[in-house]
Amino acid sequence: MKRLPLLLLSGLAVAVMAACGGKKPETTPQPQAANADSLAEAERLRADSIARAEREAREREEAERERQRRIADSLAALGKSTEAVRTLLATMIHFDYDKALIRGGDAAVLDQKVSILQANPALRIRISGHCDERGSDEYNLALGNRRATAAKQYLVSHGIDGGRIETVSYGEERPLAQGHDEEAWAQNRRDEVEILSGGENLKQP
Amino acid sequence: MRRLFLGLAVLCVGPTVRPSGAQDTSAIDRGVRIGIVYRPGVRPGMVVLPVHAAALDSVRAIMSRDLDFSDRFELITLPGGDSIRVSTAPTTRPATGGAAAATTLNYPLYQALGADFAVGVTPGSGDSAIVTVHDVAAGGVRREVRARLPALKDPGFRLVVHQLADRVLEAALGVGGTAATRILFVMEGKVYSIDQDGADQKLVSSSDHQAMSPAWAGDGRRFSYMEFWQGHGRLFVQEVASGKRAPVATTGQALDFTPAFSPDGKTLAFSRATEEGTDLYTVNFKDGCCLQRLTVGRFYDNLSPTYSPDGQRIAFVSTRAGLPQIYVMAADGTDPQLFAPFDYGATGSSNAPEWSPDGQTVAFHRDVGGTLQVFVLDVRTRAVRQLTSVGRNEDPTWAPDSRHMAFVSDRSGYRQLWIIDVETGRIRPLLQKSGARLPAWSPRLPETASSTP
Repeated sequence: MKRLPLLLLSGLAVAVMAACGGKKPETTPQPQAANADSLAEAERLRADSIARAEREAREREEAERERQRRIADSLAALGKSTEAVRTLLATMIHFDYDKALIRGGDAAVLDQKVSILQANPALRIRISGHCDERGSDEYNLALGNRRATAAKQYLVSHGIDGGRIETVSYGEERPLAQGHDEEAWAQNRRDEVEILSGGENLKQP
Repeated sequence: MRRLFLGLAVLCVGPTVRPSGAQDTSAIDRGVRIGIVYRPGVRPGMVVLPVHAAALDSVRAIMSRDLDFSDRFELITLPGGDSIRVSTAPTTRPATGGAAAATTLNYPLYQALGADFAVGVTPGSGDSAIVTVHDVAAGGVRREVRARLPALKDPGFRLVVHQLADRVLEAALGVGGTAATRILFVMEGKVYSIDQDGADQKLVSSSDHQAMSPAWAGDGRRFSYMEFWQGHGRLFVQEVASGKRAPVATTGQALDFTPAFSPDGKTLAFSRATEEGTDLYTVNFKDGCCLQRLTVGRFYDNLSPTYSPDGQRIAFVSTRAGLPQIYVMAADGTDPQLFAPFDYGATGSSNAPEWSPDGQTVAFHRDVGGTLQVFVLDVRTRAVRQLTSVGRNEDPTWAPDSRHMAFVSDRSGYRQLWIIDVETGRIRPLLQKSGARLPAWSPRLPETASSTP
């Protein structure tokens, strides 16, 4: 579209030349005029090509920026997936007082962990069992151990290699909620899951 | 008024007849024994004499408190406080070698005040002090104890005074005291040590790792405790004198906890939690060898071992009947049987057993209506007696006299350490700090244990 005015200009020049064709004495400056015109046009063409090159460079930069943006976006998406999987993996399960049985509702939480472990074969985890403050301090280490082991056994019985899961117990030594009522106790009777290795890029199951 | 119950001072020749229920406070120094027979609940009166050397004020104060905390005397305050001198002028007694600083007292006066014993502290030669135990009823000096006193600011000062107090008790009543002892406990994940009179609290576990379950060796020179290391439980044995500690070999890869020294000091029994459950093991901690498994639980847990003082048996907690209860077995793991009887389905969980140093009882705590109470099991009759009822009371630990006990209680509104005299029921707080728990009372401490850790 930008070329149209140039064409019009050059067409105008030709028309001017044709119109002036009969007048000889006036021809002498004509070549000069024509020369000047062609020079101007060459100049215009040169400027045009420079502009075009600049435009193209700008477009290339634009495209590169767009590409970078797309890469960044996809990386972020990947990170979002890892973060989502991590959050899912960290979902705790809870226990009744002085019990180490997996509750019905928590089986679904453990099933999610089975899927995550299956989708990420390099992932290794540690399950820690915790208790509320009501039981005996030292007995709670044994009880927390039972709670961690119960979750591990569930995962192993659903096809996960036992070598990928460590278990530990903290008894009542690391409470999550600090209160001294059933609400706090219920939160503290739990299994936590932490990633030991292979958790850098996690796939959604 | 108390002295109205005092019986006659009798001169006993030969074996003393022990009236049932009464305390025999006979001296056992020589063949002929001076004894006083009391009605039950009446204790001999004790006067700690005013000191005439300012430097010995602290000695007198610490010793008075120790004798009070022994719960074996009525401590008598002199009329008008300490300002009145009620002793006669000191006279040297040539019979004790001339160097003695013993004083003769106006014994009838002290007897009128209700004293059976009087204790005086006088400066000896150099930096020593002389403690004189007077037998008021007999009208003479029972014993003189001389000791080198470290400087007041020396970390060993208090222990030396505590040891003097124990010797006074020994001289007066012929029984061992608990003054020269310390209690280890856990607070905010660290192990602390404190004198039995509540003084001189100091941190003894050195690392940043969360610690639990301190336990003394029988010689009072070392103790053990557990630390969490990346989820594993590692056991350490630490020397009191040097503060140096070493991890117990063969532990560290699993969750090892509740260490207990055998009385001969060679073996450490402990609980190990694995995916199979929790079971009892022993290890020769000195040579770091000979790991031995004592129980095979599989579907139940075995934990919290405590040796009988003869080293022949181990009492422990087992969940074999469902809830944790107190069991006993031979020290090699054979012949396990129920120790503290319980009603199946009615009796609550029982935990944290500790065998008394005299071997006659095992203290533990039991869930009573949703809270914990301290109980004692009579080893011979297997009778169980509830000791506490106010608030939540747990983790009892015996003093070396098998009569006092430290435990955790929230009776004051927050969990802290208390000491109870099992015989009189007298209770005192050991420290005024929230969150102290898992106490372990030391044996009588050897003199070299006085240097700071």
